[in-house]
Amino acid sequence: MASLIGLYSLIFGLCFSFLIILFSVKNYRHKNTFDNKIIYLTFLQLFFVVLSFLGLIASFVNSDFSNETVFNHSHTTKPLFYKISGTWGNHEGSLLLWLLVLTLFIFLFLLKSKKQAKQYRILTLLFQQIIIIGFFIFIIKTSNPFNYIFPVPNEGLGLNPILQDPALAIHPPILYLGYVGSSIIFSSTLAATTLNYISKDWAKHIKLWVLGSWIFLTLGILLGSIWAYYELGWGGFWFWDPVENVSLMPWLALTTLLHCILILEKRLVLTSWVVVLSISTFTLSMCGTFLVRSGILNSVHTFANDPERGIFILIFLFCLIFLSLFIFFFFHKVKNKDTDNIFWLSKETSILINNWFMMYFLTVVLIGTVYPIFLEVISSEKISVGPPFYNKLIVPFLIPFLLVMAIGPNLKWIKSDLKNKIYLLIFLIISFLLSVLIIKKLNVNFLINTILVTSAFYLFFITSRDFFIKKLRNLSQNIAHFGFSLLILSILFNNIFSTEIITNLKIGETFENEKFKINFENIEQKDEQNFKAIIGKFNIENLDGNVEILRPELRIYNQPNIVTSEAAIKTNLLKDRFMTMNIIQNQDYFNIRYQIKPFMIWIWFSVLLIGLGGTMSLFKIRYED
Amino acid sequence: MKIKTLPILFIIIFVIMFFLFFKGLQNSNIYTPQTNNEKDIPSFKAKMFDIDNEINSEEIFKNNKFYLMNIWASWCLPCRDEHIFLMKLSKQKSVEIIGLNYKDDNKKAKKFLKKLNNPYKIIFSDKDGTIAIEWGAYGIPETFLIYDKKIIKKIIGPINDESFLEIKRLIQ
Repeated sequence: MASLIGLYSLIFGLCFSFLIILFSVKNYRHKNTFDNKIIYLTFLQLFFVVLSFLGLIASFVNSDFSNETVFNHSHTTKPLFYKISGTWGNHEGSLLLWLLVLTLFIFLFLLKSKKQAKQYRILTLLFQQIIIIGFFIFIIKTSNPFNYIFPVPNEGLGLNPILQDPALAIHPPILYLGYVGSSIIFSSTLAATTLNYISKDWAKHIKLWVLGSWIFLTLGILLGSIWAYYELGWGGFWFWDPVENVSLMPWLALTTLLHCILILEKRLVLTSWVVVLSISTFTLSMCGTFLVRSGILNSVHTFANDPERGIFILIFLFCLIFLSLFIFFFFHKVKNKDTDNIFWLSKETSILINNWFMMYFLTVVLIGTVYPIFLEVISSEKISVGPPFYNKLIVPFLIPFLLVMAIGPNLKWIKSDLKNKIYLLIFLIISFLLSVLIIKKLNVNFLINTILVTSAFYLFFITSRDFFIKKLRNLSQNIAHFGFSLLILSILFNNIFSTEIITNLKIGETFENEKFKINFENIEQKDEQNFKAIIGKFNIENLDGNVEILRPELRIYNQPNIVTSEAAIKTNLLKDRFMTMNIIQNQDYFNIRYQIKPFMIWIWFSVLLIGLGGTMSLFKIRYED
Repeated sequence: MKIKTLPILFIIIFVIMFFLFFKGLQNSNIYTPQTNNEKDIPSFKAKMFDIDNEINSEEIFKNNKFYLMNIWASWCLPCRDEHIFLMKLSKQKSVEIIGLNYKDDNKKAKKFLKKLNNPYKIIFSDKDGTIAIEWGAYGIPETFLIYDKKIIKKIIGPINDESFLEIKRLIQ
């Protein structure tokens, strides 16, 4: 029943798209004021998509296995929370969620843009409806979440256990808010370009959407990263997995866009940057969808491999790309020769420099992600691009990037000078000395690490100083930049100081090295609702005689029958202790992996700070309104 | 009208990208674990089939060409079925067929070849079946395609139309 309502609502929602287009075109041609009927129609469309989504949730909650999606991804013994989160834990449901956010955002956009010109609002709506129709057809044609199966099975196949996790339950919705938020930026930029509407006021109005999507994208990536850290059991937080990369690429583009919008708000320059970045943010998000959903990549995230879906998104994606190229080349007019009026020492220049660095990082990630696919097509050779590639190409360029990031905010708009800027040099020397002191004692490459740590410390100190000097002025920006310096510092120290041992132990055995002793005391079994847990108890004795107990788990899920390994993690302010345990087939031994990872919590915390900076900025805009 | 180069350049780039992605979709992405493939061949010493002489396997697979190592026996019925394919393959210049006569009686094996013709360039005999085990054979018949001292294809069971065409494709 719920499935049926869901299906019909979906079809109704699609019909409303055509109605909206009809009314919008009429309104665009014949009237001078915005027709409020269009807002009602948009609301009705949203209503039907919400209804459809609720229908799917209801099918999941009731374990209605006559629905194919529910049958494939749910099970009666699953806790209610995961039944609900299972709704978007699969290809079909997650696309419906995507559609929901698309329609929600265009509705909010129409409500929020009442001060803008009529033509601009309608054109944005039209571009957004093109995307919405694309997704409607995609869902109904290739990934219908309401397929009926008969005879009705008694039991479902269950949700992949590694997806049964609180962080992952909210990771997709938050990430989608970010991805789809960029669709509004895309549509509105295309509309503004067509109408030659780009102005300081427009920048102010679109900044809200840029910031909003940026915050959600940042938090979404953070959640995914935290999940990978404790669930996948590899003890890292970023693997340069293609699917992580496809979320990082829009983030890089969006961050750059955010900074361009900040300039555009002050003076009418860099309009081409804004247009190109708005287009690329959304196309990169779509490209991510394509890479993940088509099965062209092999990764933890790839849903069912179905070439038909891939071809649909691919064609749709390239239609959008060509549409935006057409609009960009035929309608975009550079208002005044941009870069000529930018003085070399100013806030604009520093932002521009870092924009180019961001574009470079983006290119590296893009090439690392799609090159293996292209190479396989051309030469049928399979290569995999891993962390060494990214580290070598990205890390050295972080040095100037961090320095410019520290200096830039302390310059003035338009034209700046070097008066009273001696502290910039003093802080650089202090940071350098401090890093030399830290790195000297360690057995790592001295030169590169010292310079890296120096530049990170430099940003850290300059932003810390700004908290005292500037007080509340530019607080949001300062928090975000401070967070970024903390992030880089934590990642660096995390890499430099972490230790790892991998060993095989039997119950009762002890592993010993000069720093600690690991004693495998016992294992116990526990029965949970939908899995059996084998919990190992390990005593870890440190040099100072402190004993800690870690209890890594193996979970044997009943539906589907999969063994997962749950890491035991002890966190404190300075370091994480991380342990995973795995069965070795037909033996009494367990494979034990123990890692000491310094400053882990600071990595999470600093990303939160970056997000907090964005959020404060968002509230500042609302306050100013 | 002035022809703008930049838009055309972009369009060309994106069209190329489209086709690369499109072709990429057609590739199968279900990676099969490559445990058997590309493994170095085990070296062994064995008695020759017709002369009373021991020969080292390294001397045989040393050339830079394709070898087809076929494990067979006169008592094995499926071996008779695949024999016709081996005969066809023996006419190909790019491949040399090596036989491993598995747990067989010499006389019966010779009779078998006389009746059905001999596709093999060299035949080893594996009286106790140890060499077949070293090669990781599951049973007979079994066929290994070897190139540059690596097993590039393993056919379990008799060669049929499908595997015959694949071998032909590989050695071309």
